Amino acid sequence: MTFTIQIENGTEVRNAEADSQRTLYPYVTGTSVVAIKYKDGVLMASDMGGSYGSTLRYKNIERMKAIGKHSLLGASGEISDFQEILRYLDELTLNDNMWDDGNSLGPKEVHNYLTRVMYNRRNKFNPLWNTLVLGGVKNGEKYLGMVSMIGVSFEDNHVATGFGNHLARPILRDEWREDLGFEEGVKLLEKCMRVLLYRDRSAINKLQIAKMTEEGVTVSEPYSLKTFWEFKAFTNPTVGAEGSW
Amino acid sequence: MFRNQYDTDVTTWSPTGRLFQVEYAMEAVKQGSAAIGLRSRSHVVLACVNKAQSELSSHQRKIFKVDDHIGVAIAGLTADGRVLSRYMRSESINHSFTYESPLPVGRLVVHLADKAQVCTQRSWKRPYGVGLLVGGLDESGAHLYYNCPSGNYFEYQAFAIGSRSQAAKTYLERRFESFGDSSREDLIKDAILAVRETLQGETLKSSLCTVAILGVDEPFHFLDQEAIQKVIDTFEKVPEEEEGDEAGEGEAEAAAVAPAEQGGAGAGDQDVAPMEM
Repeated sequence: MTFTIQIENGTEVRNAEADSQRTLYPYVTGTSVVAIKYKDGVLMASDMGGSYGSTLRYKNIERMKAIGKHSLLGASGEISDFQEILRYLDELTLNDNMWDDGNSLGPKEVHNYLTRVMYNRRNKFNPLWNTLVLGGVKNGEKYLGMVSMIGVSFEDNHVATGFGNHLARPILRDEWREDLGFEEGVKLLEKCMRVLLYRDRSAINKLQIAKMTEEGVTVSEPYSLKTFWEFKAFTNPTVGAEGSW
Repeated sequence: MFRNQYDTDVTTWSPTGRLFQVEYAMEAVKQGSAAIGLRSRSHVVLACVNKAQSELSSHQRKIFKVDDHIGVAIAGLTADGRVLSRYMRSESINHSFTYESPLPVGRLVVHLADKAQVCTQRSWKRPYGVGLLVGGLDESGAHLYYNCPSGNYFEYQAFAIGSRSQAAKTYLERRFESFGDSSREDLIKDAILAVRETLQGETLKSSLCTVAILGVDEPFHFLDQEAIQKVIDTFEKVPEEEEGDEAGEGEAEAAAVAPAEQGGAGAGDQDVAPMEM
């Protein structure tokens, strides 16, 4: 909690000790998550990197986790806050299972629960510094939604976080279709991830793709994309740019 | 049940292992006017007998909407019933707000039962004096539950509570096996016929009963008087000679003119305390 100890010229001076109780900046962060709905369900992709500022420090972080039987959560932003969210969801799914009554939490319920959590934390000026992507299939219905650290929440046919919004979504807006098959969907996601790999400096070349269908949720083994660095634009990036060297 | 030295506190056991205060609370349910519930795979119908204090007053409301997919009918201390209905509405709306999904009725009745149990184990409380017939939907379809002042709850295909409910139960016992696949209209008809059983001779009019229905594609709502009267007209016009599938009623009516089962509410109802409806 923050305590105000003085009021000077209308500004409040906050107690430094109290500030250590709330999130001010992220430390270990994950970069983009990209997800699309396809014919049989939902696909989600993210890399396995955890950056410590500008250092690519951790290279084996799973940023996508299955929740219950029907959903998958992907997160970018502060990794420790993502782990905290997983603990909340663990308790939620545990209690849901303990009812043992044939009812289960679907992706819509999990998404709305997370929206409430994120928004309430934002209201206390102590956010969970993440952008979350929640996807899943239940009773034949495909679901894909997003929640930001300030509690902005919505559903769409394709979503992305962070740099993915700027680099991946334009590709998806042009090339996404309702009836994408599994291979086509994976290729589309890989195209987005490759652009992110070239252009986002916190991206690493080790990614996972997760598949959500009526049968269940699976996360692939990590693999890397083939890249090509001999493009003229890469070999001589400043050619044609006035004043560059 | 007669007065004895173990029935003053709810927290006193009798030597035979009974909590008399809890049992007395269940008596209060039997004194209230009848409430009936039945369900098919996709719908639940709740019906009750309208009882007014006097000719001058209006009748008390005994059926409450808890949510679009859950309704409750009460018998016993209506005031207790209203408080519990408010609790159910609160639980339901909080769940909807957090998960944007309807609260499964099976989970609501457990919360309700646990709340009732607390009152059976605190010396400074008393049990709720109301029985609740909770009808609602969850992922596995339509359900009907009965919540008791004791904190127990049971699931039913069809049930009746309150005064003269035994007559309705007898009728339902004969017919319940077909309810699962009943159409919506047949279910309503069976509910009104069950209400008629509790009236024992009094002519059934739409002003005497309230009927509410909810279903898989139908949010909870009350049937209006005209709709109820229409259903009554299909069988009340020819009370002695009935169609093939209602032949059973003729025999049942004769058999159902049996002496009153539960104590208290006789023909005059002067023994019913004013707070119980």
